Amino acid sequence: MTEHILRMSGITKTFPGVKALQDVNLSVRQGEIHAICGENGAGKSTLMKVLSGVYPYGEYDGEITFEGKRCEFGGIRDSEHAGIVIIHQELALSPQLSIAENIFLGNERAKRGLIDWNRTNYEAAELMKRVGLRENPTTPISDIGVGKQQLVEIAKALSKRVKLLILDEPTAALNDDDSAHLLDLLRELRDEGITCVIISHKLNEVTAISDAVTIIRDGRTIETLDMATDHVTEDRIIAGMVGRALDNRYPPHEPTIGEEALRIEDWTVYSPSQPDRKVVDGASLTLRRGEIVGLAGLMGAGRTELAMSVFGRTYGVHISGKIFKNGKPIEIRNVQDAITHGIAYATEDRKRYGLNLIEDIKRNISAAGLKGLAKRGWVNENQEFRVAEQFHQSMNIKAPSVDSIVGKLSGGNQQKVVLSKWILTEPDVLILDEPTRGIDVGAKYEIYTIINRLADEGKAVLVISSELPELLGLCDRIYTLSEGRITGEVPRREATQESLMHLMTKGQE
Amino acid sequence: MSSITPADVEVGAKGGGEGAPRQPGRVSFGGLSLNLRSSGIYIAFALIVVLFSVLTDGALLTPQNISNIIVQNSYVLILAIGMILVIIAGHIDLSVGSVVAVTGALSAVLMVNMGMPWPLALLITLVAGAVIGAWQGYWIAYFGIPAFIVTLAGMLLFRALTLTVLGNQGIGPFPDQVRTLANGFTNGYIGNIGLGPLGGADLFSLLIGIVAIAGMVVSQWRSRTARKGYGQSVEPMALFVLKLLAGAALILFLVVQLARFKNLPWVLVLLALLVLGYSLMANRTVFGRQIYAIGGNLQAAVMSGVKVKSVVFWIFVNMGVLSAIAGIIFAGRLNQAGPTAGNSFELDAIAAAFIGGAAVQGGVGKVVGAITGGLIMAVINNGMSLIGSPSERVMLVKGIVLLAAVAFDVWTKRRGGVSR
Repeated sequence: MTEHILRMSGITKTFPGVKALQDVNLSVRQGEIHAICGENGAGKSTLMKVLSGVYPYGEYDGEITFEGKRCEFGGIRDSEHAGIVIIHQELALSPQLSIAENIFLGNERAKRGLIDWNRTNYEAAELMKRVGLRENPTTPISDIGVGKQQLVEIAKALSKRVKLLILDEPTAALNDDDSAHLLDLLRELRDEGITCVIISHKLNEVTAISDAVTIIRDGRTIETLDMATDHVTEDRIIAGMVGRALDNRYPPHEPTIGEEALRIEDWTVYSPSQPDRKVVDGASLTLRRGEIVGLAGLMGAGRTELAMSVFGRTYGVHISGKIFKNGKPIEIRNVQDAITHGIAYATEDRKRYGLNLIEDIKRNISAAGLKGLAKRGWVNENQEFRVAEQFHQSMNIKAPSVDSIVGKLSGGNQQKVVLSKWILTEPDVLILDEPTRGIDVGAKYEIYTIINRLADEGKAVLVISSELPELLGLCDRIYTLSEGRITGEVPRREATQESLMHLMTKGQE
Repeated sequence: MSSITPADVEVGAKGGGEGAPRQPGRVSFGGLSLNLRSSGIYIAFALIVVLFSVLTDGALLTPQNISNIIVQNSYVLILAIGMILVIIAGHIDLSVGSVVAVTGALSAVLMVNMGMPWPLALLITLVAGAVIGAWQGYWIAYFGIPAFIVTLAGMLLFRALTLTVLGNQGIGPFPDQVRTLANGFTNGYIGNIGLGPLGGADLFSLLIGIVAIAGMVVSQWRSRTARKGYGQSVEPMALFVLKLLAGAALILFLVVQLARFKNLPWVLVLLALLVLGYSLMANRTVFGRQIYAIGGNLQAAVMSGVKVKSVVFWIFVNMGVLSAIAGIIFAGRLNQAGPTAGNSFELDAIAAAFIGGAAVQGGVGKVVGAITGGLIMAVINNGMSLIGSPSERVMLVKGIVLLAAVAFDVWTKRRGGVSR
């Protein structure tokens, strides 16, 4: 039995009025990959913040032992000094600086106060080789994709002589190729003796890569499973996370498909940063009332770009193509036009494009449909409250009242606010971009139920998702997109993950 | 089937977790709870008034001094109304002082040099303010230059324009009507009334005060009833009554003191109308809401169909018009449009907005807050000069107050844990 590199015992962390962690225990063995699973808000991130010193010693109760020594970290510098490095979900890189500069940010290779550029770039190249990043060390971060940026973060951690690497949702923003590469890299690092703790929602990855899983629910440790001795499956982990067996992840739905609602023909969009590059290339699709249509594609296939360019030209340049609403050609020049024509787009990035986080629930819900609540420019605030309260109940938004600030809600509840906002505009066509990203399993089920309900009300729904099981479980028909082109259109009963993946990876002829 | 849907379980399991966000910066005593972040500013104002009343042996709250504070600071308060909207939208306007100067100069040229009838001259000046605002709004909203740069340029441009128009001398005197607006008081239309030991007071002013109190009580009551009718939670009756009583006492005190001096200053009437109108606009109109939406999250506002460019443009047009009003009042009060008019007014207006609770990143702020912020600075100015403090010490205190106010705001926000 290998020794434990890390023991956290009896960790309790209280925020005013809320116990975020209650008597949590976590033991990580030397040289293993240890996954932490739990619903959003279960306390995983808080636990990692305690471990990395974001919440300094004294702000929590309990004991941390690392490499046999008791630790009392006063800040991130202390924990990094001990060899614990955390890589957050939102990468902390400076986009204008080079890869090498980012790797040594705060840890500069300097001689007498002056940066030694040769050494910086040389050592960066060595580290980049270790993580399998083939780029020039002087390339600015903004020029490489998210997958490679993730590798830069790991290289940065390695430069600090990391012993325990913590990754918070490392593959959330990566496509399958990059994810696979990252997981391979973690295995290599494990073989080099670096212990990893990963927090992940992607249970297939957890079962594939980890040696042990600790499940946290509602701020408490539920159990730690050993992958080698316990028989651990995805369903087993889910059962631990939600506290029951989950035999149906997707609500059943019988569609009633009606008339054509929206038809897009020969839609072509160029990239605003590289105006000679086609991001969407002659795409055509049709959405019908009452039907849930999926749009599958790998990261970078142009899914979001297609949706945003249709939604009031909010992305792209030199846009060409035709849009028909109920069979009649329409022109959508801006978001207002799109709303007027009954088209709604719920963004994949709630915090950036979807919500005013410092504002309350009711004003977020009314943000897009405010004119419908107003007479001659004056808002009927009581009506606004009533409408928000209706959504509060019908969407099961978990908050004490509609006056609660949206920034404090969990991801699932924020997503319900975004959906409420768009339903209030009474759209005929809803485009939902990654509607369940960063949402825990229970809330996902609720979102699926809402989507089914919208279809039953006769709305046409287009769901964009990275998760193929989700598309297969939810959609009546699925389009595949590859390199900006529609490569397939498959009815649900004929679609399998393999057949979709085949179409999604189909290159240009 | 024994399984339950996930939705059901989550409701029960989450109790006390995310379902109940914390209420930061909230203190409660005896069942009354108070949001420090939003009402801290009013408490601070009350404390400062009490402090200086004591330090000045009551001289601060004498009828004449109250009147002075209002008349002397009216133009900054008017600017603060426009500035808070600009700041809520996430912008800034450094040019308002120079716009005050150039509009004051324009009105003087029209009325004094050209002998134009004063109502026409005022109208032209207001339009000129709007044109100046449109000029800046165009560069900011449609051309995409940061407001800081555009209005810094405007600060120079419009000061230069003022100096070109005026040469190096002032133009005056202004027609009586304009001077009355800036510096004068309502007529004693219906005579005086004895108030016992307080002496005589203007009956018209008192009636206005009573009407204002009645209006406040009726509108608050109706809004409360309507909210209840829609099933919204309302504050407990005791607190509601207490707030109304405090508001009524404040208005009554102010009006009685003013009535004992010389009736109501016209600028107070104007200011009251502006505050009321702009507060309603900010909270109750689609346009007002869109200002908050833009400041809170610009990209989300765009994706929600807010015509961001147009809203920002009109905010600056509005700022221009309010600057023109302030310009006329300032010139009228001095009875002369001078080349140095409005110097550093932009800083006073910006400070008023931030002391009054505006957030540095935008999206937060209230018209009443900005007015209170302006009054805090006015009371500090006035009170310290009454006790004979040198001007450098006044400046020092104002600087510390500004820093402390914003520090408090940042601190409560951090404790609130809302990240942006």
